[in-house]
Amino acid sequence: MTILLRRARSLGIKAILYGLLTPIAIFMMLPFIWMLSTSFKPQEEIFVSPPILISHKMSLDGYRYIIDLGVLRSLWNTFFVALSFTIVSLFFCALGGYGFAKYRFPGRNSLFAFLLATMVIPFAVTMVPLYVIVQKVGWMNTFLPLIVPGAANAFGIFFMRQYISTISDELLDAARIDGCSEFGIFWRCILPICVPGLTSLGLIFFMGAWNNYLGPLIYLKSPEKFTLPLFMMQMQGPPGFSAYREWMGVAVVSVLPLLIIFLIFQRRFAEGITAGALRG
Amino acid sequence: MTRGAEAGAATKKRRGLWREIVKNRWAYVFISPFYILFLVFGFFPVLFSVYLSFHAWKGLGPMEFVGLKNYAYLFGIGGKAFWQSIQNGIILFFMYVPIMTFVAIVLAVILNSKLVHFFQGYRTMIFAPYVTSMVAAGFTFHLLLENKGGLFNVALNMLGLPGIPWLENVWWARVSLCLLIVWGWLGYNMVIMLAGLQTIPRELTEAALIDGASPVRAFFYITIPLLRPVILFSVILSTMGSFGLFNEVMALTNGTAGPMRATLTTLVQIYFEAFHNFQFGRASAQAYVYFALIFVLTFLQFRYFGREE
Repeated sequence: MTILLRRARSLGIKAILYGLLTPIAIFMMLPFIWMLSTSFKPQEEIFVSPPILISHKMSLDGYRYIIDLGVLRSLWNTFFVALSFTIVSLFFCALGGYGFAKYRFPGRNSLFAFLLATMVIPFAVTMVPLYVIVQKVGWMNTFLPLIVPGAANAFGIFFMRQYISTISDELLDAARIDGCSEFGIFWRCILPICVPGLTSLGLIFFMGAWNNYLGPLIYLKSPEKFTLPLFMMQMQGPPGFSAYREWMGVAVVSVLPLLIIFLIFQRRFAEGITAGALRG
Repeated sequence: MTRGAEAGAATKKRRGLWREIVKNRWAYVFISPFYILFLVFGFFPVLFSVYLSFHAWKGLGPMEFVGLKNYAYLFGIGGKAFWQSIQNGIILFFMYVPIMTFVAIVLAVILNSKLVHFFQGYRTMIFAPYVTSMVAAGFTFHLLLENKGGLFNVALNMLGLPGIPWLENVWWARVSLCLLIVWGWLGYNMVIMLAGLQTIPRELTEAALIDGASPVRAFFYITIPLLRPVILFSVILSTMGSFGLFNEVMALTNGTAGPMRATLTTLVQIYFEAFHNFQFGRASAQAYVYFALIFVLTFLQFRYFGREE
């Protein structure tokens, strides 16, 4: 593709390209900027023409209000759930992926194909039964249903199997000869090699769990257990008016941590999702 | 290593199979945690859902067997909201998928060409929305699209144009939802297109240009056909996505999926049926019909797009 566009080196063409990229980039950034800006604005300055970006009456009142309502607790809940989910899922998917990748056992292909086939089934189908199961085992209003069921993630095991299958068999044989136990091979040889892949997959898991709204909506009932998306949807403003500034404050709190993680781990993020797409 | 003979199998073949199983016992140990979890929380619910769809149940109390009544209801008098949601899914799909996919490819081509400085910067900015909570984004868009005083209408007014009823009008509400979706997913699609582009050998486009093809023709006749697998992947995901939108709809419309069910997606509809109407049986029936539809759609897409190397 480089060749195609190298031909079009003229300034005019370049202007067109930038003219396409820049408005789109601005459109992408706009909600973030607006979120941040509005979270500091007093109510009367939110719907004003011409629009105000940086208010002279900037204040932290919005943030004080949401902190009083428990947004930090919610932040911690979200973080806890996301991290737990990520660790549990990574472990199961890595272990399972290793089993499917490096062992030739009876039923291997059928079991795996069956697993993949279920990826087509939309969440709507399992949503109600899962709710019933969770109720019956007494996990209602706990974080468990947000962590455990999702750990058996078809995409995750698919990804890990793919990844681990690229590890050379000789390495594993050498470890066996050195007297390493089967689990030891997994723990001490495979896992360390998989760190980049685990990071990419882990980022995707973490992000999914952090932003999950439907799960917490169905399973969590006490406000002090709410995760950020749920907190935001359930929050009411101070009596009398809509809590736009406060909502934007929660939005900023929801978005900032992931943005920071994303900026640090950009490359791993991209690797994770492209691996899924290219082999999907 | 234990010998398969312990199993006491009669034929050599069975003894061989057992031996294989025992020899690979660790594999079974390793895949068990995952597989058991999968069977309990992934597979069993699918079966239970079928069972539920033949019953009427409010979530508490006794389940009443009603046979095919839920399905009859769905295809008869009671299916209005559900079929509206299916229709919405189709409408939404055509509203945003072609544009988004095309723009994603174009952006990927531009960024891949390295003609542009700040490649990293642009890619980061365009991809950033993907990691954003769609609930937070939905609220923000709601704010931006507010009829009186939302930034978009303020900007329109400043240009001398009348404001648009973004969230009050049935069709504009769909446009608003599409704006939100494209905002959130364009970056993701662009990144996978970028990856796909990198699998296309340069010699191909070089050869075409040497043969006298214009860059635009080369784009349409070489690049896009070669991106077929990635495009197919993207389109299939978007298909499942258009019916399965939840966070976006709830946040943008404040939980109403309105106005007048204009933005009601199938997942939201099934959620309402189960958790607002307490009709678990009907919700399960709807879920299965939905599943069947998605399955057929995906299959058709594979047939239509996936052919040929």
